[in-house]
Amino acid sequence: MKDKLGLPRDRIDGARDLADKITRPILGFVEKHTTVTVERATLRLAGCDGADREGVPVPNLVVDQLEASGRLEEGALLWYANALIREGRDPGELDARIAAGLKIGDLPLGDREAIRRKGEALARAGLDRVAANRATREALLDRWKGRNNDPLLYLIVATGNIHEDVKQARAAAMRGADVIAVIRTTAQSLLDYVPYGATTEGFGGTYATQENFRIMRAALDEVSEKEGRYIRLTNYASGLCMPEIAAMGALERLDMMLNDSMYGILFRDINPYRTFVDQNFSRMINAAAGIIINTGEDNYLTTSDAVEKAYTVLASQFLNERLALAAGLKPWQIGLGHAFEMDPTLKNGFLLEFAQAQMAREIFPEHPLKYMPPTKFMSGDIFKGLAMDTLFNFVSKATGQGIHLLGMLTEAIHTPFMMDRHIAVDNAKYVMDNIASFADEIEFNKEGLIVKRAHEVLERTLAFLEEVEAKGLFDSIAEGLFADVKRPRDGGKGFGGIVEKSGEYWNPVEESLKATLGLRVGDGRRNGAEGGR
Amino acid sequence: MATIVRPYGDTLDDGKVQLSFSLPVAEGPKAREAARLIVESWGFRDCEVVHSAPMSEDFTFFVAYAKAQGGIDFELVVADDAREGESMSMDEVDAFIRERIGRKVVVVGACTGFDAHTVGIDAIMNMKGYNHHYGLERYAMIEAHNLGAQVTNERLVEYSAKVKADAILVSQVVTQKDVHIANMTQLVELLEARGERSRYVLVAGGPRLSNKLAIELGYDVGFGRGSYANEVATWVVNRIVDKAKAR
Ligand code: B12
Repeated sequence: MKDKLGLPRDRIDGARDLADKITRPILGFVEKHTTVTVERATLRLAGCDGADREGVPVPNLVVDQLEASGRLEEGALLWYANALIREGRDPGELDARIAAGLKIGDLPLGDREAIRRKGEALARAGLDRVAANRATREALLDRWKGRNNDPLLYLIVATGNIHEDVKQARAAAMRGADVIAVIRTTAQSLLDYVPYGATTEGFGGTYATQENFRIMRAALDEVSEKEGRYIRLTNYASGLCMPEIAAMGALERLDMMLNDSMYGILFRDINPYRTFVDQNFSRMINAAAGIIINTGEDNYLTTSDAVEKAYTVLASQFLNERLALAAGLKPWQIGLGHAFEMDPTLKNGFLLEFAQAQMAREIFPEHPLKYMPPTKFMSGDIFKGLAMDTLFNFVSKATGQGIHLLGMLTEAIHTPFMMDRHIAVDNAKYVMDNIASFADEIEFNKEGLIVKRAHEVLERTLAFLEEVEAKGLFDSIAEGLFADVKRPRDGGKGFGGIVEKSGEYWNPVEESLKATLGLRVGDGRRNGAEGGR
Repeated sequence: MATIVRPYGDTLDDGKVQLSFSLPVAEGPKAREAARLIVESWGFRDCEVVHSAPMSEDFTFFVAYAKAQGGIDFELVVADDAREGESMSMDEVDAFIRERIGRKVVVVGACTGFDAHTVGIDAIMNMKGYNHHYGLERYAMIEAHNLGAQVTNERLVEYSAKVKADAILVSQVVTQKDVHIANMTQLVELLEARGERSRYVLVAGGPRLSNKLAIELGYDVGFGRGSYANEVATWVVNRIVDKAKAR
């Protein structure tokens, strides 16, 4: 898209430099540590699955035992591969025995070379499946090229019951949705395990499980075939099991993942160290799987004012971008988030929204920006709500956003009914068809409100990033600089699950991921440093 | 004298109502007729299905207009709102506490269970308040403790006992599948089991809550959408004084 705001290049570069400096110490820490869920994700990619009678997943059984005996610092796959060799079984059989009580950390370690070969073969098999899924997606996208909407229309289903979700998703796709997101049930983000199997009970959403992923992907493949349009599936690689969900998504060909580098810290009170390690590993998986991540900047505006705190959104976009590139994601995979959350009583609020969206587009030209609809100021007045969504649809198309989460007229009332989605798609299609070429037709008054506002927000963002750089990211988070919440570095959930890697630490999945992504071991930082333009 | 009221379109008592809904049937003449009949089966007359559209192969969306038959006697209606009558301002509440209670009032608030929505309880509790109405933390004569969101009922009860709270404020925003009902009930049961229910003024709040529901579940009062701290404070301090008198 043409540059219309005249934003100073050197200031944008300056912001990227600051983001690099701010995240450097984080990546240093990440390199030296693993977590219980990184190990479980590794096991999952190596084929470990299933659950015991109480529903405790086998990857948890393995990791809990190794953690209790202080062996996790060497990497869980070491023990899993060893057990496979000793017991001479395939993963399925071994998993069943572990579920029945076998403690693989108690088995003596055999020949290291044989273990190494076994582990590498397991890693390869898992990552081959991930690569095959990616190839399938690419082939389907190619086959139905040009059939999706631009921006992609993104709809949420959230009944709590995967089979009911399937019906809703089918209807949404047939109405014109390009992306279906299955919202997770309330509080899944705070579970330190991923439930097993198909589920029919959830509150405000549906459990993310590998089986639920599979069921929905199969249903959407069917609809895609019927509609001649690839329907993408989205879930949440977030919370205490962020990398495991990424692994499951990669194995079941999900196409997008909500995956923010700081959301868990700020909005779920998950420990900062834990989050940074987990986000890095999950993002490597997403990168290899060809998954597009969606970051969570919209959340800043649900608790803070969109005019006053616009700079926190842009600052977070720069940080998310940097950490994503460092994990091997390419700009086309980085769906940076933002949201239409101005107070509707504000005079010229629409112009401020326009400025923010256009600015994001110009600063991140290759990124499929994920634009979120009005939520906070939606009310029981559904007619007014529909009008707000209409303006949102307008801004999104006129500024060339990539992923458009459809606003619901009943946002303030309930999770969407089928007819709410129907109305939303109709509205978006009407607006977007009618202004299809609008973006090519307009330019902005150089002295005008929109241009001024964009420059102002960029400058304020730089000042903010400078402050964060001076303080350090951990202290900035602890002092409440982001989203007005204070999170001390050693507080929050999941702190206990961080493990310092020993000199012997071995993780062939990680090595293989890094090799595929062109990331050098011990230096996640430099890679992709040229990206983002 | 009875004053019967009915819906108003453009003529008094025309009973005109607009409806929209969907049916799990494929779109077509039969579906439209089904929609009309179903509306009339609800007691409406002269139903016109003005719009129908397929939402998928087997679901249809309808917009309809119809005439409602029933009316109600407006005089007999009793409002169910905790905020009836004038509320005191922040300063008036503080003055009331100084005069009538003579010590600081202790209030503990939380959004409980799995519910992670903090904005509502913050609007009532935090210094800054909401829509130019300061929150309880700002009140000179109120000691306000805001525990935030995802607080278990157990923790709320223990904390309230520890700080000797006069009032407990519970926020519930997620209501899907009636989670709030189970959760709110559990709190009351917990307090009763510990013999502590009568110690507290127990207040519930949230956008989908009514005063009536809160009272049914064993709370003293419930506040819905658009509530302000001074309204809640007015209610709470009056109740504290009434409770003391009753003793
Ligand atoms: C912001 C928001 C979020 C933010 C919350 C950030 C935060 N820190 O609070 C985030 C993004 C985290 C979020 C998450 C979710 N949300 Co939400 N969220 C909203 C949203 C957009 C606005 C809520 C809000 O802040 N309102 C502003 C405040 C000031 O209003 P209020 O809460 O009504 O409070 C007022 C009164 O009700 C009253 N009040 C409230 N509490 C109390 C307590 C007392 C004691 C008193 C006296 C008064 C009182 O006073 C307040 C001031 O007037 C609403 C939609 C909407 N527009 O309402 C959805 C909404 C509430 N969320 C919803 C859902 C389902 C969820 C999720 C479950 C989605 C998911 N599956 O992940 C998760 C919940 C996770 C969890 N564990 O709870 C649904 C709830 C549906 C339902 N009826 O059950 C809604 C309606 C959206 C929707 N249509 O789906 N959400």
